[in-house]
Formats: sequence, structure tokens, C-alpha cells
Amino acid sequence: MSAIAGHFSYGITVFLMVAGLYILMARANLLKKLIGLALMQTSVYLLYIAPGKLIGGTAPIIAEGFERYSNPLPHVLILTAIVVGVATLALGLALVVRIREAYGSIEEDEILERED
Amino acid sequence: MVDHLPALQVVLPLIAAPLIILVRHRGFAWLTTTAVSYACLVIAILLATRAGGGGAISYAIGSWQPPLGIEYRVDALSSFVLVLVSLTASFVAPYAHRSLGAEVARDRHYILYAMYCLCLAGLLGITITGDAFNIFVFLEISSLAMYVLIALGQSRKALVAAYQYMLMGTVGATFYVIGVGLLYLMTGTLNLADMAIRLQSVGDVRPVFAALAFITVGIGLKLALFPLHQWLPNAYAYAPSMVTAFVAATGTKVSVYVLLRFYFNVFDPAVVFEELPTRETFVVLSVAAMIVASLVALYEHDIKRLFAWSSVAQIGYVTLGIGLDNEAGLTGSISHLLNHGVTKGAIFVLLGGIVLRMGTARVTVDSIVGLGRRMPLTAFGLVIAGLSLIGVPGTAGFISKWYLITGALDRGMWWVVAAVVVSSIIAFAYVWRVVEAAYWRPPPAAAEPYGEAPAGMLVAALGMVALCVYFGFETSFSIGGAREAAHLLLGSAP
Repeated sequence: MSAIAGHFSYGITVFLMVAGLYILMARANLLKKLIGLALMQTSVYLLYIAPGKLIGGTAPIIAEGFERYSNPLPHVLILTAIVVGVATLALGLALVVRIREAYGSIEEDEILERED
Repeated sequence: MVDHLPALQVVLPLIAAPLIILVRHRGFAWLTTTAVSYACLVIAILLATRAGGGGAISYAIGSWQPPLGIEYRVDALSSFVLVLVSLTASFVAPYAHRSLGAEVARDRHYILYAMYCLCLAGLLGITITGDAFNIFVFLEISSLAMYVLIALGQSRKALVAAYQYMLMGTVGATFYVIGVGLLYLMTGTLNLADMAIRLQSVGDVRPVFAALAFITVGIGLKLALFPLHQWLPNAYAYAPSMVTAFVAATGTKVSVYVLLRFYFNVFDPAVVFEELPTRETFVVLSVAAMIVASLVALYEHDIKRLFAWSSVAQIGYVTLGIGLDNEAGLTGSISHLLNHGVTKGAIFVLLGGIVLRMGTARVTVDSIVGLGRRMPLTAFGLVIAGLSLIGVPGTAGFISKWYLITGALDRGMWWVVAAVVVSSIIAFAYVWRVVEAAYWRPPPAAAEPYGEAPAGMLVAALGMVALCVYFGFETSFSIGGAREAAHLLLGSAP
């Protein structure tokens, strides 16, 4: 039981990742695919941040009375990853808008139909 | 100044991009891009000479000492790839001016040049950095720029191609960052050299294997390892010509570099290659790529798609060397990065000239009939580059294939040698289709004559074709550098 509770955050991470990947592959709607992609990227944020947190730990500031510190590096890394994720999502949405202008549809099968 | 060359290598193109966006002038953008590309080439060559002879340059960004700070590290392998990337950039940038005029709306040129600089900065950054997370950031910088570059193509299919590439590329980058995250959890460091040392005491535990798997699949997507190559043909076919030439020569090659780095320098090669079936997997997938992708190319009508499929096959040669995991194989693999980069760059640069003169982005095998008479120099260049693609002695392609075959014989894998030969024969067949249409089929009587490509484009194109022949005879850089890099990877004395 404690093994499951101790790995709770990993369970959520894996669930988010697999769910995101499934949406990405199974949905034909270009927007829904992007939602899946964003979900998958979110799982990575959790993968980095959750192990960096120490229960009862504080920010790494040297002061009286604080002895347990959380690792700040994962947070910094994930701030960068969030920026990258936002940029990717913005570019993806822009491409979907352009595809809709050019094809009049954002359904993958309809677009492939109109290509030839 | 000289001490800061590793930083300048990345910072120059990175600063050029916002500068171009601010000035918004087409001519300025082109001149800046060209100047930056040449500056990068000079820096890369200087770094290569300084890092030569088994030495390595370590540069601490912001004077934060590694392993805490981000380290830029130039050694035999990274300097080789730096030269390849900046060499291609300095051929493609001056050529872009005329080529883009026909393919992209004029008010969008400055955006394209800015993205080109960002892409260059990203590719150089991946190669030079010694920090695992920094690789991810640069990977995304170059990839995001690449998606925009591809979406700027003329046809609306370019948008769908860019979208598909974006999905697969982002999944690849996310997988890579998951792998790095697992390694970080196990070692507590992001510096590649430090990570390698700390991994030794971690031992063979499941998170390390999971990290290896995630990084392999993630980077495999990026380098178009068969069967993860679906994004490549459309992305190459519908991008503007200069973009295809640049991306085809550099994009996948830099990903191969990342894979080599992780397999040989971060993970324990004994674990990767002895305990896991990596060797068999890579050899089988590479042979499949060499044969299947070549066969698809054989039946392709669109010339750009034809050579895009041929790229999938040629990446098979590169990954074959990884699977062989011996000195000759790796030397062949690394030198093929350069030799194939130059060859494919030359072909797509020449195709850009044909696109410009024919006035259509869709060039098929049937529409280039009589090219030998209409554009003699371009057609001649295509023949030479085609010979290099097949691997005819006297061209660059032969040298790396020779080393790959030697590597396969060292392993006693006769069937791999046979596969290389069969794949080369198929390559001969699809190159022959192009040559036959260009020279032996008479042009339609009513066809209007169109002349040679503009001089500026022709110089770049023939320069790259000349390199295909040059690297076929003078191998002190292509093989010498690759062998030094292979020694570095295998950890053996030169």
C-alpha cells in the first residue's frame, strides 16, 4: 500500500503521458491532437517537479531554523520547458488556423481527401 | 576574444535573428544571414583546428564552472559536426536570395531569414553544448524554426507537412526530455561528462534502461530512423528549395550526433551494445531503411520526394555504422554525415535552380525531359551528385560506404555487405531515371527554352558538387576527422 502511495505522483505522470499520446494518435481532429500533445508535455513537468519536492522542505534560502530544502533546479528546468511548450502550442495553433484557411477543414481525413 | 569562440558560435546567429525581425528589410536580412553563416564557418574551422589532435575545449557559460554551470564542449566529434552545419549554411545562405524570390512572397523573406538564423543557432547549439537539458532547449529552438521554414513553402501541402512534422518532432523532443529527466533523477546532474561518471555507480537499474529507451525513440524520431521517418518525405518535398537543401544536409545529422553522444559517451557502451540488442536492432532497421526507402524512391514521380526518400535510405547507412559498433563502421557512419550532407545539399540546391527556371514547385521526372540541353551545367551537376549518392569510386559517397563495408566485414556480417550493394544498385536505378529523362529523352518540340540558373545560385550549387568530388579524393578531413571522432567514441587510442 505504501509503495503505491509513495509512487502516487509517478502514477499520475504515466497516466497523463499515455492519455496524451493516445489522444494524439487516435483523434483525427487537428485541434484535439494538439490538446493531446499539451497533455503529454504536462506529464513531463510533473515528472521533473514531483521528485524535487521534499515534504516540509523550503526554498533554498539560508536562514535560522530551516534545514530541509527542496531542490530548486527542477523548477527552473521546467520553467524553460513550459516556455518551450507554450511556443510549440502557439505554433501548432497557428498552423491549424492556416490549414483551415487553405483546406476549409481541420479533420485529418477530409484534408487528406482534398490533397490529391 | 579567441577564448570566447565557443559562445560566439551560437550567439552570433541567435542575435542575428531578432535583429533581422527588427529591421524588416529583405536585403539587410539576406546580407546579415550570409555574413553570420560565413562567420560561423570561420569559427567552426578555428575551433576544429584548436580541438584537433585529441584535445578538447571546455567553455563555462557565464563563468559558472561545470558541472554546475552549462558547459560548451568542443571535441573531435562535435567540431566535425559544427563544420558540416556551418559549411552547408555558408553555401545555402548566399544562394537563398534568388531562389526565394521565386518561391516565397517578398514581404515574408525577412521572416524566413530570421528563422534560418534561429535554426542555425539551434543546430550549432545542440552540437556544441555539453549539457543534456541545454540540448533539449536547442533542439526545440531549431525544430520550431524548422517547422516555420517548412510551412513557408508554396503549396498548401507544406502546411500539413509542417503540422505533421511538428507533432512527431515534439513527441520526439518530449521523449528525449523524459529520458533526460529519468537520468537526472538517478544521477542528480545534467552535465554529460559528469552524468557518465555518476551513471557508473548507479548500475543497471530500470530507470536507466527506460531513459535509454526514451532517448533512443525520441532522437530516432528526430533523425528519421526507419520506421519513424514518416514526417520526412513531405517535409522535404514541400518546403522552399533553400530550406530543403539546408535541412536535408544538417537537420537529421545533428540528431545522429546526439544519439552517438548518448550511446558512447553517456551510457556505458558495454551495457548499450552487449546487454541490450541495440546492435541487432540498428543493423536490421538500417538495412530495412536502405532497401525499402530506396524502392519507394524508385517509384516516386516528384523529384524532390524521390530524393527525400533517398535521404531516408542514406540515413540507414549512417545508423548502420552505429549498429556495427566498431572503428571502421563508426568512421564510415560519421564521415557519411558529411559526405551525404554535401551530396544531398548539392542535389537540392540544383533542384532549386530547376524550380526557379521552370516556374513550378512540382518538378517531376517527366517534366525535366531535355534538361541536359536546356540547363547543361545543372544537369551535369545532378549527374555528379547522383554518382556520389550511388557511391561510385571517386566521389564522396564511395569513401564512407567503403568504410561501412569494411566495418560489416570486421563483424563477419556478409549479408549486410550484400544489402549495401543491393541498396546501391537500387540507388543507381533511381538516379538513372533522372539522368535518362534529362539526357536521353528528347524535349517536347513546343517547349520554350529556359536558360541556366542565375550565376549566384549556380556558383553555390557547383561549389557543393565540387565538394562531392573533392571529398572523394582528399579525405584528410572527412575520414581523418571521422576516425578521430570514432576513436573518441570508442575510447581507444588513435
